[in-house]
Amino acid sequence: MVTLKELSTQEFFGPGHRMCTGCGPAAMARMTMKAVQKPVILVNATGCLEVASSIYPDTAWKVPWVHTLFENAAAVASGIEASLRKEGKADTVDIIAFGGDGGTFDIGIQALSGALERKHDFTYICYDNEAYMNTGIQRSGATPYGAATTTTPAGSKIPGKTDAKKDLIGVCVAHGVEYAATASIAFWNDYITKVRRATAVKGPAVIHVLAPCPLGWRFETNETIKLAKLAVQTRYFPLYEVDKGNYKLSMKVPKPTPLEEFLKPQGRFRHLFAPEFAVNLEELRRQVEANWNRIAQLCGETPIQTSPSSSQPAS
Amino acid sequence: MTKTISQKIIGMNGDEAVAFAAKQAQVDVVAAYPITPQTIIVERFSDYVANGEVDTQYVCVESEHSALSACVGSSLAGSRVFTATSSQGLALMHEVLYLASGLRTPIVMAVANRALSAPINIHNDHSDMMGSRDCGWIQIYAENAQEAYDWTIQAFRIGEDHKVSLPVTVNLDGFTISHAMEGVAVLEENEVSSFLGKREPMYKLDTKNPMTFGALTLPDYYSEFKRQQVEAMKNAPPVIASVANEFHKISNRQYSNLSGFNMDDADAAVICMGSVAGTARTVAAKLRKQGKRVGVLKLWQYRPFPTEEVAEALSKVKSVGVIDRAVSFGAPYGALCSDIASTKVLTGIQTKIFNVICGLGGRDVKPSDIEGMFERALRHAEGAPIDDPLAFVGVRS
Repeated sequence: MVTLKELSTQEFFGPGHRMCTGCGPAAMARMTMKAVQKPVILVNATGCLEVASSIYPDTAWKVPWVHTLFENAAAVASGIEASLRKEGKADTVDIIAFGGDGGTFDIGIQALSGALERKHDFTYICYDNEAYMNTGIQRSGATPYGAATTTTPAGSKIPGKTDAKKDLIGVCVAHGVEYAATASIAFWNDYITKVRRATAVKGPAVIHVLAPCPLGWRFETNETIKLAKLAVQTRYFPLYEVDKGNYKLSMKVPKPTPLEEFLKPQGRFRHLFAPEFAVNLEELRRQVEANWNRIAQLCGETPIQTSPSSSQPAS
Repeated sequence: MTKTISQKIIGMNGDEAVAFAAKQAQVDVVAAYPITPQTIIVERFSDYVANGEVDTQYVCVESEHSALSACVGSSLAGSRVFTATSSQGLALMHEVLYLASGLRTPIVMAVANRALSAPINIHNDHSDMMGSRDCGWIQIYAENAQEAYDWTIQAFRIGEDHKVSLPVTVNLDGFTISHAMEGVAVLEENEVSSFLGKREPMYKLDTKNPMTFGALTLPDYYSEFKRQQVEAMKNAPPVIASVANEFHKISNRQYSNLSGFNMDDADAAVICMGSVAGTARTVAAKLRKQGKRVGVLKLWQYRPFPTEEVAEALSKVKSVGVIDRAVSFGAPYGALCSDIASTKVLTGIQTKIFNVICGLGGRDVKPSDIEGMFERALRHAEGAPIDDPLAFVGVRS
């Protein structure tokens, strides 16, 4: 794994951007630019990162960067890659496309699927803050069960989102990509190492990185990294790699922290702790556990453990 | 005196002629998605790729939205780029059309014009391109396969000119042109290469000179970006004229923004775009023999609209029937006729105008339909009032 000393002190994602205090995606962008080792061209889907990093006439980007539309980052990257191939420069430049969870899980999934199927040599990074934060916290296919958003509010009858989070990596792996991985901004060296592996792959690679949003998740702005860490430590967000189809856990989490420690600091889950929604909290817990078990099994980890927190009563 | 230029005549339909032009233009990247009646273009181009006849990166995408998105990426990376579409495909590209013009990315796109759903219909009219009329692209309409070939070649030079730097559509009527076999006079490929040269982008995604493209632009600057696009459109006509003149030197075929037939002393005329112009000229010639002073004005260049040239051509015409091959629902006129009416207001020409909507969804525009338009225009020219400013012709009532 990469060490701090190996990283460049140069900043390609410049200070002076307008991302929020405590913004997870901003940390993701900075770390990504620490990871790149070759000249890079960035493609950015519409979203928080694009909006807050490129307000004309300013730009936070010290590398070639293009924003086009919400759903087409992978298609634009395809075109850029085709041009580089035509010029014989495909091996000398890394192309990285950034999309939020809305731009990736939902509206951009078709363009991503096409680009993965065509085997363009680029890295797609989905920075996941689990809702459409840029437009004011609406649910996406990445929003977890039970979370309150402005389109899945915590109502008196329906407590937040009723559907589960989509398995993005599973979708990408089904395309036969050579490298796919999940990451969390709390584990910077794991993330940077994975970005380096992804860009080194000939052909498409995908990284799904959890990047908490204080505004949308409703937690204190000084707790972003703490929550990104708890997401992993509670088995809420498993970290793993899929190298040529082989799943491997990046962090085994043998003694998971109780899920409540991740959920409770967040306003979006607060309603689940009301007695009438205990069953919904239990369903979220069941989904987290089932997902962990599914991933652990894919990674060849046995026996499947039951999360100790599952036996604790909701408080 | 025009010099004799020997050119090979090849039997091709309109789609094949366009694909052949793109091949001769030695495009760097093609990103496209099949749709009737454009499909032959991408199929022929795929043949060129498969047989090693071109050194082009062909990106066979999963939708038209991605086709044009990939083209924008390639154009930003500095490549010469081509694509083609029709109808629903153009509609699916709609937001990307604005992106391409707003980012000032030269792209040449053939549009084999076809009706829009619903009801579904694969045949020709202009509702697809008219639905994206204000997308900021230069819009050319060809009358036949020869013109589609010639304009496709010229379009690269027009769009890639630094004074313009805009995407260009070359429209060819679906089936009527796209699938109809014609003898097309073609240039040698080396002539086309020296005519076009290599694209030299003003700005591009360059790791040695990093730039930000597609920045968020708020009320303090957005208007200036749009104004620059307006200026680029204004810069296009002289570029189109000089490209057309140079193309004439190598082809002996002279293009311009419009083409008049018997317009000099015409009392009455028909204005149209695309393949219907041929029918209109045939009918006009027949009526001339009967001593009727009628002419035809065909527009090649729809955007930017050649207001001054249209006014000049109509200055002595007493009445004109404008053919629209698309409906502008709820509007006083179809799209082309609205522009002719604006031309009248802006330039003070006295020509009486009436609008005819015909040929929707591939319905044949018959010589008798056109003859009826001329007869009507002649009646108005002699003083009959315009009682039906927007009429459907050839439609069950």
